[in-house]
Amino acid sequence: MLTTFSELVEQKQPETATNRETSAKPPATKIETKDLSFFYGANQALFDVTMAIPEKSVTAFIGPSGCGKSTFLRTINRMNDIIDGAHLTGQVLIAKEDIYAANVDVVELRKRVGMVFQKSTPFPKSIFDNIAYGPKIAGMRKKSMLAEIVERSLKRAALWDEVKDRLQDSALALSGGQQQRLCIARALATDPEILLMDEPASALDPVSTARIEDLVFELKQEYTIVIVTHNMQQAARISDRSAFFLQGRLIEVGPTKQIFTNPNEKQTEDYITGRFG
Amino acid sequence: MSTSEAIVKPSAVATSPTFARRFSISRAKEQLIRLSLLCCALISILTTVGIIFVLITESIFAIPPAKAFFQEVSVREFFTETRWTPQFAEQHFGVLPLLTATFLITGIAALFGLPIGLASAVYLSEYASPRVRGFIKPILEVLAGIPTVVYGYFALVFVTPWLLRPIFRDFLGFDVSIFNAASAGIVVGIMIIPMVSSLSEDALRAVPRGLREAGYALGSTKLDVSTKVVVPAAFSGIIASYLLAISRAIGETMIVVIAAGQSPNLTLNPFRSVETMTTFIVNVSLGDTPAGTTVYKSLYAVALTLFCITLMMNILSQWVLSRFREVYE
Repeated sequence: MLTTFSELVEQKQPETATNRETSAKPPATKIETKDLSFFYGANQALFDVTMAIPEKSVTAFIGPSGCGKSTFLRTINRMNDIIDGAHLTGQVLIAKEDIYAANVDVVELRKRVGMVFQKSTPFPKSIFDNIAYGPKIAGMRKKSMLAEIVERSLKRAALWDEVKDRLQDSALALSGGQQQRLCIARALATDPEILLMDEPASALDPVSTARIEDLVFELKQEYTIVIVTHNMQQAARISDRSAFFLQGRLIEVGPTKQIFTNPNEKQTEDYITGRFG
Repeated sequence: MSTSEAIVKPSAVATSPTFARRFSISRAKEQLIRLSLLCCALISILTTVGIIFVLITESIFAIPPAKAFFQEVSVREFFTETRWTPQFAEQHFGVLPLLTATFLITGIAALFGLPIGLASAVYLSEYASPRVRGFIKPILEVLAGIPTVVYGYFALVFVTPWLLRPIFRDFLGFDVSIFNAASAGIVVGIMIIPMVSSLSEDALRAVPRGLREAGYALGSTKLDVSTKVVVPAAFSGIIASYLLAISRAIGETMIVVIAAGQSPNLTLNPFRSVETMTTFIVNVSLGDTPAGTTVYKSLYAVALTLFCITLMMNILSQWVLSRFREVYE
């Protein structure tokens, strides 16, 4: 197993190397958490997580089910606010701003931090209206502007060519993989800075998965992407940095190559090599 | 041998050498229960068939020598004549005043009941905390359990003198009769609120959580998610609840008998007294009308019309449910 991952990472290395060369200076930190603990009622789901995520990169969260990686992801756009009885201690900073401060407008925050879910969630509307939803609720009314945003978002999500002739059809008529790309396009339409992806390809076939992965690779030129994945090959293929979670604790975070080939922690190595999980 | 004895022993209980069915008390009991359950299921079907049979024989084809209503009064007169005076010396059988009254009151009821019902469903499903919900829901259910005769008197002794007359007569100068379509319509609207809200709430709550989260993740406020994501996703269920509530309002009898009056006026003025189809049926069946007369038979023609309308509403709501339902896993 280990050799397979190493090979994967080695194959990927030239690409990362060129990327690093173009952006000579080290990327700035976009998202930062300090001693973040999270509770569902009396259950503690995260324990003192401190992490920095650089901008315009892909960071993958890996770990077994129930390790807190999704919970952690959902603290970044305050999606956990919807859950009754959930609360947290510690800080989450985006561009140095504490997003849990009393004066933060959650609606404004979520426009800047887009999210794609595990199960595709197209609204029961037309393809056009799905993409235009975000700009519309933000107050945009001009038809021509909306049409432009819809086209640009669908092109960025590599879906335009497949749907350009049937934008008024129901989004529910699309295939599973197309629906997920539609959800990515919908998230991009509000022009976020950060894109959170919660196992975006886990319900898709290998071909659709590959398309999503290519897309993630494209999108990181402009966006800071955080992706939760169960699939370790996927983490190795697409991420620049990886974070390994276990039982609510951040065990290790670092460059993906190092995490997969030469982890500092014994638990990380055990998980990566398939000794458990 | 001890081992062979151990094997023989259980077979002493199962005495049958074959698998063939034999009579037994428990099998007979099973059959009896099956038949009695079937009878229970048949009662409602037989009742419906019986009602349709009576309606048709009294109004369309009678068993000779009796004559049915439409053999005495033409269908054309029934649906185009604008006067309904069956109990006068000069008889006219034009159902239009009754139809108009029914639709006028249903329209007023829908105007009040449907939006308020949907709004309370949205509140209960999207806004209310579990505690508030546990408090409000039972109250709405009590509203559903109030006898309609009480609603009728509420319309007559409260809505007309204390609400409609001060506003529309004293302030705006309309002529408001003590029996009027508006008071009956408003109160029928109140009566259908629990039905709309409970059925719509079920539809709203069936919308998957993921859809709401997707809405929030795009920077929606709670109002955006409720009105632009959840309500459209529950559209078919809401429309079905509307149609059922409307057919309930069309068939409502007691409230309109008490509050809307008994004058078959062909009017769309909500402050005048009108007579609905159900009111007419009640009046004729009170006992003054001799059986076999045209007036008596007109009751069945009106009832058949009413039956067809509510049946169409029910079929329509079934169709809407199956046609527009979004299937969520």
